[in-house]
Amino acid sequence: MLRIRKLPIVVFGLFIIVFPWIAGQIPAIGNYPDLMIFAGIYCLITIGLSLLMGYAGQISLGQAAFYGIGAYISAILTVHFELNPWLCMVIGTLIASAVAVLVGVPSLKLRGHYLAMATLAFGIIVFIVFNEEIEWTGGPDGMSGIPGLSLFGFEFDTVLRYYYLVWFFVFAAFIFTINVIQSRSGRALRAIHISEAASSAMGVNVSRFKIVVFVYSAILASLAGSLYAHYLNFINPSTFDLFFSIKLLIMIALGGMHEVWGAIVGAFLVTFLSFEWLHFFEEFEVIVYGIILLLVTIFLPHGLVGIPGIVKGWFRR
Amino acid sequence: MNETLTEHILEVEEVVMAFGGLMALINLDFQVKKGMIKAIIGPNGAGKTTLFNVITGTFPPTEGAVRFKRQSIETLKAHEIAKLGISRTFQTVELFTNMSVLENVMVGCHTRTRSSFIASGFRLPQVTRKEAQIRSKAMEVLEFIGLTNRSAESADSLPLGDRKILEIGRALATEPELVCLDEPAAGLNETETQAAADLIKRIKEKGITILLVEHDMKVVMDISDEIMVLNYGEKIAEGIPEEIQNNPKVIEAYLGGEENDA
Amino acid sequence: MEEFSFASQLFQYLITGLTVGSVYAMVAIGFNIIYNVTEIINLAQGEFVMLGGLIMVFLHAVAGLPLILAFPITVILVTLVGMLLDRLAIRPIRQPSVLTLIIATIAASIIIKGTAMFIWGKDPFDLPAFSGRTPINFLGAVIQPQYFWVIGFLIVTVILLTLFFEKTIIGKAMSACADNPDAASLMGINVKWMILLSFSLSAAIGAVAGITVTPISLMEYDRGAMLAIKGFGAVVLGGLGSFPGAILGGLILGTIESFGAGLISSGYKDAFALIVLLAVLFFRPSGLLGSVEISKIKRF
Repeated sequence: MLRIRKLPIVVFGLFIIVFPWIAGQIPAIGNYPDLMIFAGIYCLITIGLSLLMGYAGQISLGQAAFYGIGAYISAILTVHFELNPWLCMVIGTLIASAVAVLVGVPSLKLRGHYLAMATLAFGIIVFIVFNEEIEWTGGPDGMSGIPGLSLFGFEFDTVLRYYYLVWFFVFAAFIFTINVIQSRSGRALRAIHISEAASSAMGVNVSRFKIVVFVYSAILASLAGSLYAHYLNFINPSTFDLFFSIKLLIMIALGGMHEVWGAIVGAFLVTFLSFEWLHFFEEFEVIVYGIILLLVTIFLPHGLVGIPGIVKGWFRR
Repeated sequence: MNETLTEHILEVEEVVMAFGGLMALINLDFQVKKGMIKAIIGPNGAGKTTLFNVITGTFPPTEGAVRFKRQSIETLKAHEIAKLGISRTFQTVELFTNMSVLENVMVGCHTRTRSSFIASGFRLPQVTRKEAQIRSKAMEVLEFIGLTNRSAESADSLPLGDRKILEIGRALATEPELVCLDEPAAGLNETETQAAADLIKRIKEKGITILLVEHDMKVVMDISDEIMVLNYGEKIAEGIPEEIQNNPKVIEAYLGGEENDA
Repeated sequence: MEEFSFASQLFQYLITGLTVGSVYAMVAIGFNIIYNVTEIINLAQGEFVMLGGLIMVFLHAVAGLPLILAFPITVILVTLVGMLLDRLAIRPIRQPSVLTLIIATIAASIIIKGTAMFIWGKDPFDLPAFSGRTPINFLGAVIQPQYFWVIGFLIVTVILLTLFFEKTIIGKAMSACADNPDAASLMGINVKWMILLSFSLSAAIGAVAGITVTPISLMEYDRGAMLAIKGFGAVVLGGLGSFPGAILGGLILGTIESFGAGLISSGYKDAFALIVLLAVLFFRPSGLLGSVEISKIKRF
């Protein structure tokens, strides 16, 4: 029976709540809460990807597109039309959902390489649109002046406040996703992963579920994009390029695709690699990512969260 | 002895199935009476699994109609047909290897419950209630098929005999009126085959109609009410077991097959 | 006079399209060779083209070798990279699945790209054109002679490959492997060597494409990804696994891109090939020359 234990979630939650205070005490990691905001934003995307690729067994190499759609919709609507940022965030998820359906429905009949390349192509097309529609998006120079977020007068204008905002979203998404995984819907998705024929024979509407989970992943990525835009108050297309989609792939491959915790672990690790640890080796950054991805694929197909399982396997012998 | 009172639960009318130039099913026409066990036999490649695929909605027939309880189903999708009351097992056992025995059966319960993705995400009380119902229903099925004590094990850790039984159980969880079993005894030893045959008989006792593809002639002769013989996609004989056994066309069709069937 | 120059403008686009299309065709041929023998789609295919260009630049501009010497050495070096790809990224995978192999080739492409960035930096590099840059006046269009070199090398590659697969024993062995690896190995053909060979051939062809196109469009470290995706577009357009399909798909794709960029929008140039790719995948995944039966035959 697939039971995701509650205790680790509670412990992790407490850690997240307490962490900024800890970071405040240790100067060396004083900037970590800022990094954790990015880690949280990436977690939102990887949680959705984990459900889509890990549990339902689908492929998306173009998630950066939805991340970008959320960011750009939020940016464009708040900067050009001065709409309420929260409303824009919702509109962003609606548009991302619509795009997901538009791309997802014709992709239903695709499998394997074809599906991967379709999502890849889709992601790049959206990226090109971000670069070319200069009137709306500012083109390669990006858009600045994106307002911050506030709720009933309370402004999320410090790192600390934004940290808790983002992680609130992350935990909401995390728990929602875990609930889905342990439900009838989650079972249906896992069944689809193994055998679409058997799933249909049991009454599972395979097409509908595939679209639903794809839309869900798009919504989470879009929310992440909006949060990103309102945090940095500036976005440009290079954030949403093919390499980011590949970075997402590295996150879930490294963390572990088949368990939703893997999404969290992977997002954390790659964020810290990206912003902190590889900073000194900027020239090597790309090579390191490639090597990590390759090593994980060869030696740790279940990612880091799969290690306890491997160790258990040794002891069984 | 009024014929119209005996309901035909399934009617296959002049079904043709062509894959490009290959004719897998040619003007296939037969009926299945409610509550019976009808076996479909024939040499390899005769089109038996293709027939199952057409009936259960994997793909529509090139021509012809399939009627379930008088309703046309040949254009319906597989999950819609499952909802109407037809279920199946697969020649190559298609269990969900990423789940436990119990969870496999619980997927079988999918079509008889409803819960939305969003309601599941918010873990609404009605969802939790339905999940408990699914669980207990699945346990009932496991009891019926005799796999209760292995409910928590991973489905792919079971021996072949139990896997075939589990797949039948999963199909039963959909509360079908007609179940299509594709070679339930294939690859099983004598004990396992007997267990499968007993299970099929017990399924019949519950009033469920059974369509059975099988190569094991002992099983077929033992449990079937009627047998239909296919060869190269065409029906070459139909009748009660005794008639089929002595039918010269059937014997001729199998003369090549007998060398393969050990 | 206006009409004439518009027609010659169109002709210009056509020649450009065929040239670019030749590169895509060569990438596509490389894809097909590996796919036919292994059923793997090598997403690092574009990196061979990039390496071909950049290594050639290094050998010629830095090491001072004449073009005619640097050419084969570059091809050999890139072929070695192709072999390393097979040995280090593909063969070690113990439980190959479609997704795992896709990820492995993506990883390999990132490693190659990252290494290229480390060695050559991010700037684009140029190569001297093989026969100079004096434009040729051809039916009203003004065409760089290098364009003809690219198209010419495609033709030469096609001829050599056809001879290889139909006339040589190794080539025929590879075809056998593509049709039925089990039967092939029973007949004494070493399937692992054939896989290595398929990667080597694909790398070599990619290198040729890269070398010949650099004098036209320069070459930088990150060109590989788009080339691979567009090359895949050519593959799918022509029909996965089909040799003539790769050529047709590449040329058509290049032409569509060229006309699209010229007539509609140059900013969206890359998008045209991608849209064609999506359209093919959504509406006719078997491609122009492909079909279920043909893909089963997997002929080169």
